[in-house]
Amino acid sequence: MGKSKNKERPTGKSMREVLELLEKDSRLTAREIAEQTGLSEKDVERFIKEMEARGIIKRYKAIIDWEKYGDDSVYAIIEVQLNPERNVGYDAVAERISKFPEVVTCMLVSGDHDLHLVIKGRTMKEVAFFVAEKIAPLSQVTHTATHFMLRSYKQEGEIMFEKEEDSRLVIHP
Amino acid sequence: MKIAKKVIDLPPSGIRKYFDIASTIKDVISLGVGEPDFITPWRVREASIYGLEKGRTTYTSNWGLLELRELISKYTYEGMGVDYDPNDEVLVTTGVSEGIDLAVRAITDPGDEILVVEPSYVSYKPCIIMAGGVPVPVATTEENEFKVRREDIEAKITPRTIAIIMNYPNNPTGAIMTRKDLEEVADVAVEHGLMILSDEVYEKLTYDGRHVSIASLNGMRDSTILLNGFSKAFAMTGWRLGYACGNSDVIEAMMKIHQYTMLCAPITAQVGAIEALKNGQKDMLEMVKEYDRRRRVIVRGFNAMGMHCFEPRGAFYSFPSIKFTGLSSEEFSERLLYEQGVVTVPGSVFGEPGIGHLRCSYCASMEDIKEALSRIGRFLDGLKKEEKAPRIRGRARRR
Repeated sequence: MGKSKNKERPTGKSMREVLELLEKDSRLTAREIAEQTGLSEKDVERFIKEMEARGIIKRYKAIIDWEKYGDDSVYAIIEVQLNPERNVGYDAVAERISKFPEVVTCMLVSGDHDLHLVIKGRTMKEVAFFVAEKIAPLSQVTHTATHFMLRSYKQEGEIMFEKEEDSRLVIHP
Repeated sequence: MKIAKKVIDLPPSGIRKYFDIASTIKDVISLGVGEPDFITPWRVREASIYGLEKGRTTYTSNWGLLELRELISKYTYEGMGVDYDPNDEVLVTTGVSEGIDLAVRAITDPGDEILVVEPSYVSYKPCIIMAGGVPVPVATTEENEFKVRREDIEAKITPRTIAIIMNYPNNPTGAIMTRKDLEEVADVAVEHGLMILSDEVYEKLTYDGRHVSIASLNGMRDSTILLNGFSKAFAMTGWRLGYACGNSDVIEAMMKIHQYTMLCAPITAQVGAIEALKNGQKDMLEMVKEYDRRRRVIVRGFNAMGMHCFEPRGAFYSFPSIKFTGLSSEEFSERLLYEQGVVTVPGSVFGEPGIGHLRCSYCASMEDIKEALSRIGRFLDGLKKEEKAPRIRGRARRR
């Protein structure tokens, strides 16, 4: 049995795996990804470049537990009810709101409100004033409800509390 | 058609020329423009849009919206420690450019001399000439960190000298002046009864220590016209919004000209500026932080390839020396543009002390700055090879 130099041919499935690996850890190098997927390093590099160019990989980001670092930023979930506008529906106002840097997340949702926002600020007062001055006065906005976040347990798929430790014995008797 | 001689005689802006050439070349990286690559913070744009929606489309007072003048007054007091009355000591202008023009026109009689600290922004001299005055260059040197010194000024003073125009943090060198440095200038100004026209549009872009305004020094408030604006710190170049602060006599004189020419700055821009001053500090600090990172990269890059680069401590320009190549600033800039597609501005367009330098702005993205540095490196390698081979004259090939 000789060593095969042929790497697996890229398929849609294996390429998807590249994206999944990067989503979990964006610091993986093309070589590491190639080793884990069996693809060639060149294919991985080419694929990543293409995904970046097409805007499918938007950017590389770290998830940081700021609270643990000592930063006491305040987050709030804002439920917004809207009157949709003619021709553009909810898009125009949602896009306008999304552009504020304070708005971390903006989603159109089903249920008893229309937009689900996550707002970041330094203090509760800052968040409350932002909502009162920038969101509530917009003519399409009919109602807002603010819920301050008290603790985050999971963020972007990442558990934010201490993970359970491996309690297995080092060597099984 | 008759064109006034003083206009015909005005040279075109040296910066514009390279900008025009660059627009004909593909894959160009521009370190040429002094314009932030950031778009105006959304909250500022949104406030203006909201203002338009609510019908804020009218003239304002000639002075500008009172709310804006009050905020400018507060901002200047808190940031620089100079207190101006928003009623008659703050004038909202259409960019600092208009402010400079108004200031010069308000104080100049035919034949009056105004000292221009060089290297300097390109519009000062033409503005002085257009106002019937005579610009008198005062050179600064890299050995003195491009700071203007007492003796430099004194050597140029004549009985006709009425003012000094200066710009710190400086475009194009990035030099700043400390309180101690400014005190020297203030002393000369007081002794000779000179006014100071202080263009401080880069005041927020100071990376090492806090900006000091000459207007804040003892006895200088009333003989200084402080010029500032929103273009650079808040990435609001196209909004054309600036302001002038000073003693009510001179500001009223400037307002008189403004009233008959511009009437007032556009209200939409003024509404945006109110938001910038009220809530835009955080956005501005983020941009300054990013410029500071780019500054370190570009200065280190130039020094690493042997282009000695003065350390800029303000604004967003670097001013490396290219004297060692034996090329003139123009020749270097032009060849770099044609051969490597990098736009820079020859230092010579900013006055004699800029000869042998390039102005490279770092308000390009980090990626572009790195790419530009490697292209400049390739260009320098090419020059070294040319030295070894017989030199072929003539214009370089277009990319």
